[in-house]
Amino acid sequence: MRFVVPSNQAKEPDMQVTMTINGESVTKECEPRTLLVHFIRDIVGLRGTHWGCDTSNCGTCVLWVDGEPVKSCTILAAMADGREVRTVEGLEQNGQLDPIQEGFRECHGLQCGFCTPGMMMTGRWILDNNPNPSEEEIREGISGQLCRCTGYHNIVKSIQWAAEHPAENEVKA
Amino acid sequence: MQTPAPLADYVRATSVADAIAQLEKYGEDARLVAGGHSLIPMMRLRLARPEALIDINDLDELKSIKVEGNEIVVGAMVRHREVLDSPLLFEHYPIFRECEKVIADPVVRNRGSVGGSYCQADPSEDLSALGSALRGSVVIQNSTGTRTVPMREFHFGPYMTQVGDGEILTEVRFPIRPGAGSAYEKVERRVGDWAVASVGTFVVVKNGVVEDCGIGLAAVGAEHFCVPAAEEFLIGKAPTEENLEQAAAMAAEGCNPSSDQRGPADYKKHLAKELTLRALRRSVQSSQGA
Ligand SMILES: Cc1cc2nc3c(=O)[nH]c(=O)nc-3n(C[C@H](O)[C@H](O)[C@H](O)COP(=O)(O)OP(=O)(O)OC[C@H]3O[C@@H](n4cnc5c(N)ncnc54)[C@H](O)[C@@H]3O)c2cc1C
Ligand code: FES
Ligand code: FES
Repeated sequence: MRFVVPSNQAKEPDMQVTMTINGESVTKECEPRTLLVHFIRDIVGLRGTHWGCDTSNCGTCVLWVDGEPVKSCTILAAMADGREVRTVEGLEQNGQLDPIQEGFRECHGLQCGFCTPGMMMTGRWILDNNPNPSEEEIREGISGQLCRCTGYHNIVKSIQWAAEHPAENEVKA
Repeated sequence: MQTPAPLADYVRATSVADAIAQLEKYGEDARLVAGGHSLIPMMRLRLARPEALIDINDLDELKSIKVEGNEIVVGAMVRHREVLDSPLLFEHYPIFRECEKVIADPVVRNRGSVGGSYCQADPSEDLSALGSALRGSVVIQNSTGTRTVPMREFHFGPYMTQVGDGEILTEVRFPIRPGAGSAYEKVERRVGDWAVASVGTFVVVKNGVVEDCGIGLAAVGAEHFCVPAAEEFLIGKAPTEENLEQAAAMAAEGCNPSSDQRGPADYKKHLAKELTLRALRRSVQSSQGA
């Protein structure tokens, strides 16, 4: 089902926002109040970024703005105007999965997959800042994100797998 | 699903003066937005319905941490993560790192700012307990000039501060106290949650006596996030376990917590005492004169 941002008023979108998304410049119209997560999913059409709560707690909406993970349900699309955004779709380079994606595949890092985009975006960023994180550092790094399936164990293992298998062409936060 | 109420305008300020001019242009219905990590949740709940947002994320002039004279100056747009990682702040007051480590989670800390935390004035705001403990001050600017307000006069009550229409908080200042030890203690229901109770303290011990100290408490209904009577009791006394216990009891006595989903009032009062005691003990241990 396609989710449409409800509007109390039948009102035309009234601002233009331009941002670089996964390396490509994108210009779209939206309302000033549009949250970035809805802009990315419903206006740009990239559904890899998930939306899971109304309380800024679950972290499945995490993407990068100017190279830093951000909960995209907690900023406006307008606040990302002119900035560089990277979503889970932008991890893959030239048809090659990023090590973080390979890690989740190798280590069974997902079950239902709902939390996975946010986990991978934060996981990649943890490794870009600290190529050899301890288990504790990984757990702390993803502590703002919820997984209802895996018990986190395999998510931690997946990120560790990626740390052990760096690739030449991976995107850097 | 929650989405903010319609917003008439969004503008990005190019300087502090521009932010003030924009605030004046839009009047009382305008709000500044820093990290947005308190304001956007409030807008989603429709507890806040600003007509216009003025984004101050581009204001590099508000992004530094530096020493000026005998004060440390932290710009309003410094993010939680930068406070956590700052060697300068840690060198003077380990409490900064201890406190930031338990504020929200790493992703939220990438966005949330120092200025936003103080201006949000949530009764559970951890940085407010820290600021009150260290007896810091804030600098507020409007179109006619700036004024400095002691942290212990900054909050009128929950979500209410001295920042008026057409005004912006530009920096927070903390006095440097050579030899001070400091610590932060927090009890939360789960990682990244707001405090059930939290306490920050600093102590300067000289020649076996407490020369100066500060106690700040969040989430437990302490007026201005402090209980001065407990500090006055301790100053001039030896930092014995007995005296620390007495000060902690007085701090808890000065709190007026309410029962809510985070716990009953008497439990929070118990925490206020216990966390004050633990923070004081560690502050005394790390004070260089001890
Ligand atoms: C999931 C989650 C968990 C959290 N947990 C904690 C926690 O455990 N402890 C804790 O202390 N905090 C916690 N927070 C709050 C976090 O610290 C926020 O980032 C902070 O309170 C607000 O900072 P901000 O920059 O996002 O402010 P914003 O949301 O941008 O602004 C907040 C308010 O301050 C005003 N404002 C902002 N900057 C200025 C300025 N320079 N001058 C004047 N007015 C200004 C705005 O107009 C607004 O009214 C949590 C937040 C989230 C989302
Ligand atoms: S959707 Fe953003 S934190 Fe849950
Ligand atoms: S895999 Fe189902 S929520 Fe994480």
